[in-house]
Amino acid sequence: MAEIVIKNVAKSFGAFQALHALDMAIADQEFMVLLGASGCGKTTLLRIIAGLETPTQGEVWIGGRRVDHLPPRQRGISMVFQNYAVFPHLTVFENIAFGLRMQKMGQPEVERRVRRTAELMHIEQLLERYSGQLSGGQRQRVAVARALAMEPDVILMDEPLSNLDALLRLEMRAELKGVLAESKTTTIYVTHDQVEAMSLADRISVMNGGKIVQNDSPVEIYRNPAARFVGSFIGNPPMNFIPAKRTDNGRWAVAGLELDGPRTERELIEFAIRPEDVFPGEEGFVADVRVVEPLGAHTLVTCDVAGKPFRAVLESDRRVSPGETLKLMPAASRIRWFDLDTQTAIPA
Amino acid sequence: MTNKALPYLLLTPAILFLLVFFLYPFVQIAVLAFAGPEGFTLSHFQRMTSHWKFGTALANTLILTAIIVPVQLALALSMASIVTRLKTGRSTILYIFAIPLGLSDLAAGIIWLAIFEQSGFLNSLLVGLGLVERPVLFLGYQNIGWIFAAVIIAEIWRATAIMMVILVSGMGIIPKEYYEAAEVFGASRWQRFRKVTLPMLRPSLQTALILRTIAAFEVFAVVVALGGTTLPVLMGETYQWQFSLRDRSVAASYALVILAISIAATLVFLRLLRVPKEAKI
Amino acid sequence: MSSAPVAANIEDRPRPVGDAGRAGQFVFVAAIILLCAWILVPLYLLFVNTLSSPAEVTGFPKSGLPSFSMGSVQFFLSFSGVGQALWNSLLVAVLTMVFSILLGAPAGYALSRFEFPGKEIFRLLVVMTRAFPLPLLALPLAVMFIRTGLDDTALGLALVHTVLALPFAVLITFSLFAGIPVELEEAAWTLGCNRLQAFIKVILPLVLPGIVASAVFAFTISWNEVFAASVLTIENRTLTAFLVQNLNVSPLHLKFAGGTALVLPALIFIFAVRKYLFAMWGIANR
Repeated sequence: MAEIVIKNVAKSFGAFQALHALDMAIADQEFMVLLGASGCGKTTLLRIIAGLETPTQGEVWIGGRRVDHLPPRQRGISMVFQNYAVFPHLTVFENIAFGLRMQKMGQPEVERRVRRTAELMHIEQLLERYSGQLSGGQRQRVAVARALAMEPDVILMDEPLSNLDALLRLEMRAELKGVLAESKTTTIYVTHDQVEAMSLADRISVMNGGKIVQNDSPVEIYRNPAARFVGSFIGNPPMNFIPAKRTDNGRWAVAGLELDGPRTERELIEFAIRPEDVFPGEEGFVADVRVVEPLGAHTLVTCDVAGKPFRAVLESDRRVSPGETLKLMPAASRIRWFDLDTQTAIPA
Repeated sequence: MTNKALPYLLLTPAILFLLVFFLYPFVQIAVLAFAGPEGFTLSHFQRMTSHWKFGTALANTLILTAIIVPVQLALALSMASIVTRLKTGRSTILYIFAIPLGLSDLAAGIIWLAIFEQSGFLNSLLVGLGLVERPVLFLGYQNIGWIFAAVIIAEIWRATAIMMVILVSGMGIIPKEYYEAAEVFGASRWQRFRKVTLPMLRPSLQTALILRTIAAFEVFAVVVALGGTTLPVLMGETYQWQFSLRDRSVAASYALVILAISIAATLVFLRLLRVPKEAKI
Repeated sequence: MSSAPVAANIEDRPRPVGDAGRAGQFVFVAAIILLCAWILVPLYLLFVNTLSSPAEVTGFPKSGLPSFSMGSVQFFLSFSGVGQALWNSLLVAVLTMVFSILLGAPAGYALSRFEFPGKEIFRLLVVMTRAFPLPLLALPLAVMFIRTGLDDTALGLALVHTVLALPFAVLITFSLFAGIPVELEEAAWTLGCNRLQAFIKVILPLVLPGIVASAVFAFTISWNEVFAASVLTIENRTLTAFLVQNLNVSPLHLKFAGGTALVLPALIFIFAVRKYLFAMWGIANR
């Protein structure tokens, strides 16, 4: 049982505030992904949980035990690093056995555990090799095996797939998900790749500027972004935003259309819609097509709506060419609204 | 995990050591040079400068440095360029070029003594070729010019390696793309050397020049081996005053002179080859 | 199989030198040969003299070929004080090596792994030592050593030589440690090591060859040093001090054999550390 609780944790490097008083709770066996652009503080938070960084303030609890004053080795965690950190002077076997030997485990048990994790990660034929003789993907597997062999309560992963090429990343992603689900550990996984985050996570914490912007299930984060930042960061391409002017109570003028929206006193708010949630038809936003990018399953169209770029994902059997003018209608149930001042979502 | 005291703990032995054996002795030198029976005095300096050998020793040292260092720089740059361009046998050539790095100046002096002495190899060659009738006394006191030349050659032979090594490693960290870009834009090999290598090499050039110039001011054993006391240099005079003339205060004054020109040279090179922080690779 | 060497040959041929082509390549190769000769011929001549009988060394003209007579070497080795001088040189060099690594490596590690107030001051102190004519330290230290009983001892001289070697040891070990990714150490911590264990199990095996190389470097610095050795030793002369003291009075064959004794270990050491020379200097530059 290892739930993780972060209480009021902040970190500053000199004048730079990397983390602003965060609170977070991660349930036992949950797969939590910290998602954000580089510099958002996600790696710092992970390193604080690991004990590689000391928080300026706050508490870290793992499995009901306060650990923020403990060194990494006493926290019951293990970690997979972005550059794998496979020890170059040891064989794959000794790399995986490293932590077990530190625990003074007997040789038969070490053998058993190393073999089992190696099989799990499909590297049993590499056990006698050195890291210099391995490919990036193989090193990645060794790093994960080394962490799993410890049978830790918590596994921390710092962008573990970002150094792999695209195809390998896809394969490892699926494999990681399976292996980690089976191992019943609590996982915290740092990434800047939203697809990776969506596909792996039970829950995603989107971070920006040292704060957690939204902490929710992948679908919720995608469908109901709590802040403008989340909508503009998640989704490929991200949400379209258009200023909305109040015409009547609950009625808003958006780029020539009048739409039902939230009942608020504000005069000016922002309308948001995902590119796949607009449909070409007889009515809608007047959109001058600029660029057409056929992607196979869909066609990505970049247009001008009210003088601003606006992206739409259309069925690929619909032929569109640059210079054409489309009418794009947003699906009413998918429209979201954001407050311009607070940058947060306004419930409709 | 970051233990705030740990770095200081690790540095303490080295710091203490440098305080006792580096900073303190230099204060001592200054004290020796300026302290007389009635406190501060310049008499040791006057004694030093009024001695007939001081001017010659200073001039000799400066002239030797002014000749040796530029020649070494040119030679080291050529060697480094050659090595960087080599594909086959690179490590062998590098080792050969680097050999003198491990040799002391005394050894270098002795090596060139074997060549320049009266019954040495140069005379054997000259007589063998019929260029001279009898062996020439190159290293006699009447032949200051030859002693000078021999010292210069021996120093260039010995101490170019250290410059080359610094420059080779400096060239090694210049990204290849810059050369390729320069080539694409039509720069010739010489232009690439002038416009890419040299400017990018400034930090290494700086290190190499400072290191070598200071060492050149300290030239001692080569001169002793090749010319005895015929060719006075600052370091040799320091030694003489310390031992033969047994005046440690004048020896300390000499030391301060060497220190002063060393610091001056360092400052000049630091200024001349300054690399603004923003322009670093 | 039979065609492989030919292909390799073509691959390995030096690239034509720019536009100059063949002529340029000729100049290039000639320059290399000339430079190698410039380095190697004087060394060769020293060895010729060493391997000739004393009579041949003072004789004229010289053939340039060794007679492989051991006369000079025997004379040198049996000359009074030489054995002691060799031993002293060795002792001082080994002590210097040990001191400079013991003092320098922790400092190098601290510089490579921590950000702390005062770091720049320390770096400055280390760099500053390079701008100083260090052998001159021997002058005031001679007095201090007399007071503390360190005068004319191998230990005293080794301490001075350590001042010369320490900056290099610090900068070289700094570059060695900096070359080891911090993540390796951190990984060891997450796998159950404390700082010391991680250092011993992960960092040390990786830097050990480099540490040995920088130790060898310290050894040669001490082995070759002349001035301080001459100032600080009187009875317990090192080889360099011994040779300098006897330069005026000793016969030629003694000098040459002594020169060879100085050169040989240095040659071997440079060969042993050749792989590290450039890596060491590359970063010691910064």
